[in-house]
Amino acid sequence: MEISNLPISPSIRSKLLSKGYTSLSSLSSISPSFLAQELSVKLEEAVEVLRAVSDTTTSKSAHIPNGIIPGAVTAWDMLSEEQMQRHISTGCEDLDAILGGGIHCKEVTEVGGVPGIGKTQLGIQLAVNVQIPVEYGGLGGKAVYIDTEGSFMAERAYQIAEGCIYDILDKFPSNSREFLSCKERLQVNNFLAGIFYFRICSYTEQIAVINYLENFLTEHGDVKLVIIDSVTFHFRQDFDDLAQRTRVLGGLSLRLMKLSKMFNLAVVLLNQVTTKFTDGSFQLTLALGDSWSHSCTNRIILHWNGNERCAYIEKSPSVASASAPYLVTGKGIRGINSNFKRARIM
Amino acid sequence: MANKLINQMGLPPSLSHVFSARNILTAKDALSLPEIDLMALLDIDIDLVRAAVARISEATCPPFQTGLALLEEKMKSGGHLSTFLPGLDIALCGGIPFGALTELVGPSGIGKTQFCLKLALLAALPECYGGLNGQVIYIDTESKFSSRRMIEIGEGSFPQIFRLQGLAQKMAGRIIVTRPTSISEFNDSLQQMKLTLLQNEVKLLIVDSIAALVSWDNEKGIISSRQSPVRGSLSFLKSIAEFSQVPVVVTNQVRSHSNDDTFHYIFQGHRKDTSNSERSESHLTAALGIQWAHAVTIRLIFEAHSGHRFIKVAKSPISPPVAFPFVVESSGITLLNQEGISVAGSEINAIRCQGWKSFSGIIQQWNQLPSFMQ
Repeated sequence: MEISNLPISPSIRSKLLSKGYTSLSSLSSISPSFLAQELSVKLEEAVEVLRAVSDTTTSKSAHIPNGIIPGAVTAWDMLSEEQMQRHISTGCEDLDAILGGGIHCKEVTEVGGVPGIGKTQLGIQLAVNVQIPVEYGGLGGKAVYIDTEGSFMAERAYQIAEGCIYDILDKFPSNSREFLSCKERLQVNNFLAGIFYFRICSYTEQIAVINYLENFLTEHGDVKLVIIDSVTFHFRQDFDDLAQRTRVLGGLSLRLMKLSKMFNLAVVLLNQVTTKFTDGSFQLTLALGDSWSHSCTNRIILHWNGNERCAYIEKSPSVASASAPYLVTGKGIRGINSNFKRARIM
Repeated sequence: MANKLINQMGLPPSLSHVFSARNILTAKDALSLPEIDLMALLDIDIDLVRAAVARISEATCPPFQTGLALLEEKMKSGGHLSTFLPGLDIALCGGIPFGALTELVGPSGIGKTQFCLKLALLAALPECYGGLNGQVIYIDTESKFSSRRMIEIGEGSFPQIFRLQGLAQKMAGRIIVTRPTSISEFNDSLQQMKLTLLQNEVKLLIVDSIAALVSWDNEKGIISSRQSPVRGSLSFLKSIAEFSQVPVVVTNQVRSHSNDDTFHYIFQGHRKDTSNSERSESHLTAALGIQWAHAVTIRLIFEAHSGHRFIKVAKSPISPPVAFPFVVESSGITLLNQEGISVAGSEINAIRCQGWKSFSGIIQQWNQLPSFMQ
């Protein structure tokens, strides 16, 4: 591959060519700062160029399965990678079990339900659980919470973080030295500080924040979860042209999928419900239309089953459709069989 | 943020000109189009489009805060309007929250307006008595506001304050009542309010009731058309709440279940029809539909059954589902049980209306002049 085929912006490409760098080998042993000076571009852009160069050279000589397509991986490699992946616990053991461990990273999961069923509660619980240190079985990462409806309450996040820490310390009473340093990190304020909160007031801002996330996630590399609560709200209010809405949403979901794979994090989208006329009667279904329903990798519907709250996995490439009951307690989302009684608030 | 101008975002001038030449002036215009469409429209390279969109997005994106910073901010500003009903305040972690929409829904005559009157009074009270010491805007769409009743509630709840000379007048003077008669008037007053809310230290906004707006809009009482101006008003109300960080309390009506009301998803199959028909005889549902139900932050359901009235915390990010039995007295609403009764399951969302006397009959007993006016 020559310079002209590198995935870099045209202006930089023309600068490279004008300075006499015509082949990849000429760039192979140059330091970023030197290149930056040569091309009179910013250091970051020079780093980008060199990264693009090294990507193309390594993929040429890297192990290509049967030499067919550069950049592809074999299913076996993917399997070993997946088995090493940790999942984000939802707080309810039954739900984790049917999800195959919890919410998967590198995938986009959609969670929908009627108002009051616990979507925001689940969102906040995940934002807390993703921060559980690796030593206690969690991911030790941070969370980005994009709030479009104003339903995030910091006091509730405090309660849920408190409940989570309480349960961890209960489960791992060990006082050994390696746990002591982790224990110090288990402070409610640390958990709250690990949630990056964006308040979005229109669909333009929603699109802008998702576009901006790439830069943000590059800066804050320890983010392992992005939650959008809810992805529907602004798109239902102000968008008049439905076809355009579908296209914009399609672009959004592609970008989110790309982000999840690039940064190895989980994306959770909370959705609302609407009614749809099928089979001669109105049925509840998740909002944003049929095309949107294809965009997410996984889909969980929270619903009432008599007097119980249940989570039903409607769509998943790797686990079977199943249902699990859960509770919303003072400490957050918990399973039916958990030992801790439903605590009253305050 | 959405209306930020592109030419102020620091894009290279040539790019800026291309955008304005094609009449894409604000961030909203640029970001509403997929990138391919933008590329076709502006006739520039996809990489340039991507870079421009990234820059516009960065400029339009609101700044982030950590959860900890949010909590600290909340702690500083108080964050709640106490209702002076201890059980309810505990359940709501302080009271009606600032910056969010709280909905009161229930059958007519059950006490929603009484609750609103008391809240209006509480917001006007000076801080030393537990109020917010501010102005209150009361949008009365059904002409239900009764200043006499409000003074009566004040006398009953805070006798020592109201006997002070001139204080009742001062309190009543802080409550501004407006009676729009059409949706456009309502929208106009909302628009003006956005500015005056901050200038005039308004600490509470009450809309009683919002369902009346819908009935002005169309006869069916259901928001069906996307172009309905009521939708715009509802989302605007929510953004005012956020923007000015005042509590916004909205009253809603009920309607009976129609056959269109559904409870089930496709995967749940068809339920036995008998349970459905039993429910629809005695159950009501909130007006304005499921989209409005998603939009409110807190929903308090006022209902009546077994000879008592209850306030139920049906939807709240922070409270468990509890119901408090209450009565309406001369001093306003009083809870009979401060602990609350825990309500299991989807019962919390049901609105029942059986076996109680309509409130409007009782109010006639109290139509006397309050003592300070005699």
